[in-house]
Amino acid sequence: MLETTTPLKRTPFHSRHLAFGAKMVPFAGFEMPIQYEGIVAEHRAVRAGVGVFDVSHMGEIRLKGPGAVAYANRLVTNEVGAIPDGKAIYTPMCLESGGIVDDLLVYATGQERFLVVNASNFEKDIAWIRENAPADVTVVDENDATAQLAVQGPMAEEIVARVYGDRVRSLEFYTFLEFGSGDDWTLISRTGYTGEDGFEIYVRTPRAPEVWDRIFQAGRPALIRPVGLGARDTLRLEMGYCLYGNDIDESTNPLEAGIAWTVRMDKPEFHGKAALAQVRASGLGRKLVGLILDADRIARKGCEVTHQDSVIGVVTSGSMGISIGKPVAMAYVTSEHAAAGTRLDVRTRGHETPALVVPRPMYRMGSVRAPKPRRTE
Amino acid sequence: MNLPKDLRYTKEHEWVRVKGAEAEVGVTDYAQGELGDVVFVELPQVGARVAQMKSFGTIDAVKTVGDLFAPVSGEVVAVNTDLKDDPSLVNQSPYEKGWMIRIKMTNPAETDALLDVNAYEKVLGAHA
Repeated sequence: MLETTTPLKRTPFHSRHLAFGAKMVPFAGFEMPIQYEGIVAEHRAVRAGVGVFDVSHMGEIRLKGPGAVAYANRLVTNEVGAIPDGKAIYTPMCLESGGIVDDLLVYATGQERFLVVNASNFEKDIAWIRENAPADVTVVDENDATAQLAVQGPMAEEIVARVYGDRVRSLEFYTFLEFGSGDDWTLISRTGYTGEDGFEIYVRTPRAPEVWDRIFQAGRPALIRPVGLGARDTLRLEMGYCLYGNDIDESTNPLEAGIAWTVRMDKPEFHGKAALAQVRASGLGRKLVGLILDADRIARKGCEVTHQDSVIGVVTSGSMGISIGKPVAMAYVTSEHAAAGTRLDVRTRGHETPALVVPRPMYRMGSVRAPKPRRTE
Repeated sequence: MNLPKDLRYTKEHEWVRVKGAEAEVGVTDYAQGELGDVVFVELPQVGARVAQMKSFGTIDAVKTVGDLFAPVSGEVVAVNTDLKDDPSLVNQSPYEKGWMIRIKMTNPAETDALLDVNAYEKVLGAHA
């Protein structure tokens, strides 16, 4: 249960959500749209056409100063130092224990690093980042000043190019453009959380409503539609993308979470390196796997996973795999039961429901321009 | 919101259509709207016994799962098998095509405990 003493924050798109008939819910201190016409229709719209997500609740932090690049590279496990300008990197940020403080995007913009963190972790993250910052780094809170829209789907390039010009067409996956200053500052990256091609667009709050309007004007009315947090979750789950607070948290590490490609042990130092080296040397006791259930019943977070009646794991995320046609889940299971093809059972409300361990992503038909991970372990 | 006047209701958001000794049961328009897209409805077999305000099944929506409560006690004499192929009938047509089970009542006086449309509207008012 969410306990709040302060009123919920609203994004600059609030009136647009209401105009589209959104069902608004409290989420990470914000009043956010969970759905408009329905999760299933919105999910399918993103897979087949294009959808627009208000993700302004995400937190933006900019690191400035002579030590910004080196400091960012010590904060996170992936390489965000020696990367070209205009590159975005997905990375966990770990405690010295190897537990995950948060997962974030880091944008390389000159001698600065622009960090985009989870809404629910923003206060914790900025405190952690300030606490560890050396004297030659300035930590700037850009959260309230920044709004974010994700435009996702096979038609996303067409829509975004109509608003921002053909320059966005040449953006490679996980690269970005940044232009303008003051209220006109804009950052557009070819990134997303859906498994489809798409863009994430960051603008300053005062300009945000007109950006929403221009995007919807550029989309054919029958095609483009707003998409809520409900479908955001079903889309990311089909891709096996981790959700902080479900699949990863401070008690999990990136190696067991199946994102070892984001941990660059060749970096000289970063928070959690020694602990993660130790984990790697001693082997993983459990692994986060994808499951497809052989039933109509949905596995929910917290459901036990069993093998021959012994509990060997727990579900961390579960929902209907709307584009897969079967319920899907992610679960931590003991390593000996984590191989793709292993048959397990999930205890769903008193039933033993058969489930198959499958590689992530579980959905493989998306339009996303995902390169193969450069490093797998 | 659609609330037919000829039905009876429970505070758990089931509706009941009494036809002689039988009671047809489903969930209300309010319930389907709160649940969102229904993807699976687990129902008892014909012949199963159900007891008033005890769970007779579950309803899975994309985001959440809910219990279904029997408004009256008795024997299940019919189950809407269409819901297996198309659970979204609960969203599209909660009072007609989305019906769930028919119960042959063992104690028709139990219907006295059910809410009429005005009383159910008051229950919904408390949620608003």
